[in-house]
Amino acid sequence: MAVENVKAFKKEDFSSDQMVRWCPGCGDYAILRAMQVALAQLDRDPEDYVFVSGIGCSSRFPYYMNTYGFHSIHGRAPALALGVKLANPDLRVWIITGDGDGLSIGGNHFIHAMRRNLDVNVILFNNEIYGLTKGQYSPTSKLGIVTKSSPQGSIEVPFSPAELALGAKCNYFARVADNNPKYMASIFVEAEKFRGTSLIEILQNCPIFNDKIHEPIVGRDHKDDTMIILEHGKPMVFGKERKKGIRLNGLKLEVVTIGENGITEEDLLVHDAHETDPTLHTMLARMTVPEFPVAIGVIRQVKGSTFNDRVDDQIAQSKAISSFKTMDDVLRGGVTWEVA
Amino acid sequence: MTKETVVNELDRVVIKFAGDSGDGMQLTGSQFTDTSAMLGNDLATFPDYPAEIRAPQGTVAGVSGFQVHIGKITVYHPGDKADVLVAMNPAALKANMKNVKTGGTIIVDIDNFTTKNFDKAGFDSDPLKNDLLKDYSVIEVGITSLTKECLKDIDIDGKSVTRSKNMFALGMVYWMFSRPLDQTEKFLETKFAKKPLLIEANKKVLYAGLHYAETIEALASSYTVLPALYESGLYRNISGNVALAWGLITAAIKSKRTLFFGSYPITPASDILHEVAKHKHFGAKIFQAEDEIAAAASAIGASFAGALGVTSSSGPGIALKGEAIGLAVMTELPLVVLNIQRGGPSTGLPTKTEQSDLLQVLFGRNGECPAIVIAASTPANCFDFAYEACRLSIEHMTPVFFMSDGYLGNGAEPWRIKSLDDMPEIRVPLADKSEEDFQPYRRNPETLVRKWAVPGTPNLVHRIGGLEKEDITGNVSYDPLNHEFMTKIRAEKISKVADNIPELTVDGAQQGDLLVVGWGGTYGHLYTTVTEMHAEGKSIGLAHFNYINPLPKNTDEIFKKFKKILVCELNLGQFVNYLRMMKQDFKYLQFNKVQGLPFSVAELKDQFENLLEKK
Repeated sequence: MAVENVKAFKKEDFSSDQMVRWCPGCGDYAILRAMQVALAQLDRDPEDYVFVSGIGCSSRFPYYMNTYGFHSIHGRAPALALGVKLANPDLRVWIITGDGDGLSIGGNHFIHAMRRNLDVNVILFNNEIYGLTKGQYSPTSKLGIVTKSSPQGSIEVPFSPAELALGAKCNYFARVADNNPKYMASIFVEAEKFRGTSLIEILQNCPIFNDKIHEPIVGRDHKDDTMIILEHGKPMVFGKERKKGIRLNGLKLEVVTIGENGITEEDLLVHDAHETDPTLHTMLARMTVPEFPVAIGVIRQVKGSTFNDRVDDQIAQSKAISSFKTMDDVLRGGVTWEVA
Repeated sequence: MTKETVVNELDRVVIKFAGDSGDGMQLTGSQFTDTSAMLGNDLATFPDYPAEIRAPQGTVAGVSGFQVHIGKITVYHPGDKADVLVAMNPAALKANMKNVKTGGTIIVDIDNFTTKNFDKAGFDSDPLKNDLLKDYSVIEVGITSLTKECLKDIDIDGKSVTRSKNMFALGMVYWMFSRPLDQTEKFLETKFAKKPLLIEANKKVLYAGLHYAETIEALASSYTVLPALYESGLYRNISGNVALAWGLITAAIKSKRTLFFGSYPITPASDILHEVAKHKHFGAKIFQAEDEIAAAASAIGASFAGALGVTSSSGPGIALKGEAIGLAVMTELPLVVLNIQRGGPSTGLPTKTEQSDLLQVLFGRNGECPAIVIAASTPANCFDFAYEACRLSIEHMTPVFFMSDGYLGNGAEPWRIKSLDDMPEIRVPLADKSEEDFQPYRRNPETLVRKWAVPGTPNLVHRIGGLEKEDITGNVSYDPLNHEFMTKIRAEKISKVADNIPELTVDGAQQGDLLVVGWGGTYGHLYTTVTEMHAEGKSIGLAHFNYINPLPKNTDEIFKKFKKILVCELNLGQFVNYLRMMKQDFKYLQFNKVQGLPFSVAELKDQFENLLEKK
């Protein structure tokens, strides 16, 4: 991708003086570094960014960025960020949330943020557990998971952030793993350039309460076979030998091997992130191990008008047609009478 | 006038229009109001409607009413009892007859007085045929049938015919009070601009009502109310919620801030959202949020980014916003929270008025969480206090609650129009990019206000949040002594607002036997009662509070001048208990009402007289 960096920022320019307080080995460190690397590649000054978070481990993130930041209340970051963005659309706004903050207590704000398409970025740290409250199951925890609040196993069916977001009309969805910071940074740069709400789900490891939960997907020794990196316009090939692929068979996806049963690369799906119909994007985002590799990369990227632009357009329209030029015109408009 | 009619000049008159909630009574009442205002009458209105959009027809629950009090002298409240009641059906009569003055006039639509409707309204038999109404002058008119007859040659559907009958009633009342029709004719021409047949039909019915009233012998006397004596100037009629919305916009313009209005619809506050949404041409950013919490949180985000963040609601919504308001207290950002109170608890009485959210806004948040609380006291001064809420929130970098209620919000009165130039300056404590060694929680030593450092400004990059702040730096701090220090500073900062608000004034006697104390929307009734009694020579004064937290600095001084203090409010005693806590040197009596209705002058007078007699 094009690296701008006309201003020659360094990663350190985006790093605050606060001591980082996450647990040793936490996946959040890699995300923080990737973000600082990503912003240094762009051409915006630190004061142009606002990081808004809710509550939870991930939500400490803004304290560690040398940008404007607002560590708000549980689940409400999307709402707060909307106010920031509408008040000053020139600001670049990042929402930092987790599977508990964003999908449980803040689920309502999350879905409405998706459909509005405000020009902001949302980073969803998905570790499938509540970390800051010391290890209870979350809305993305697997059925049956044994936690402090589910000693006999969780009886809740999890949902997938991707399905929820795409169902709520999200225009940009990407997924990355926390063990590939360089790739993650490149996705952050892409997301920052996208106009509209870009949602990035990060498969993030919590070494204390849910260690290695994403290991079956992101483990070093098998990740080439358990993850597929989707790139717009490229055929869906994966596997250590680049021999496996995804094709559509009827209404279902299937994994095929190139060279077996007459399958060639021609038979594979070519990723079209720009397709407006979200059906295939949803199917791709749903793929999970062991039957399928998990889709990584930008799964959906569809242009649409942004909420902030629509707000400003209506203001411009009102200005053009309003007969009230000053507030005094309003106060004195309509039926009035003079008392001598 | 063709027939000889006695025209009585009256100082003031109360008229109530009542019917099914689909009968157009709110429109009828507001037309009468606008016409009277144009004639220069002073007035006060009180719409009274069911919570359901279309409650069951013909039942008492479904009755919608609109009371208007017009006067040649200044009127401060919509009136206790009506001189004239228009009852479109038995249920409207049932719901309102006890609120008609003895000897008053009741106009009924006889066409709706059927056995079925008596049952629905809960009458045992025809109320017009027993002696239930013997103390009133009852005028029986076939409003529905006369309307139908009048429109039989106009090609409109039956529903439109039925809907026009309110114009017949309005026409009759216009004649009774010698009102001209031109204002309402103009209104109809605008309202039905695309449906000329409806203009014709409604006007025809309006005139039919006027002529009918003039013709029938039943209306032997006609009333007129002469113009009130006003201070000279340009006037308009204004409702509390519209005045409030205009006050917000005016404050945003004056302070050169973008108005950000985050709201979730709720009765009786939604009209504020509707009104600000009409004025996007001033650059206001209007956000109908997904819920009350998002409404408050978005306003806080906007304030962080340099806008004037406002959120509106009523009690149930304020409960949901509580945590967010605490965040604004902690982050010391401007936030104006509008609470248009209604009957509670829980869903309570959505369309009825009450003052029972006072302790909620003063104390209903976790932690030591002080906020400024101010209250409007008339529909028109909702403009001034909305402006004042914005001024104090910005100048002191803290949330401000603006308290109103359903009665003020929906009520209307003439307003001597103010101009942007009449409004006080708003000093915005913005941090500048040239600031040396900027620290987000460094304070003005006098006011204890921190500076507003707006994202996008170089050199001021900082982080804030809901965790406790270290003094000066604003960094997260768990230090025990720092926490106590910051808690006290936040409280002291609010108490210092007393230096930036006007002193309390007293109406009526400036010292003496009885000081009546009120706050918010009860002003009209309290003022009328106290000043009338004072004029009769009673030793009685009124101290009405618009500033509740902090209290005006001269509060003690005023309380000291009276032998008895009686606190009157529409709850079980919230302000009186707040005073018992804040001003412990005094003994307080209390008078409370929790019926979803305003006080009446008569009941207040009873109370005050009793207390004055007891030595």
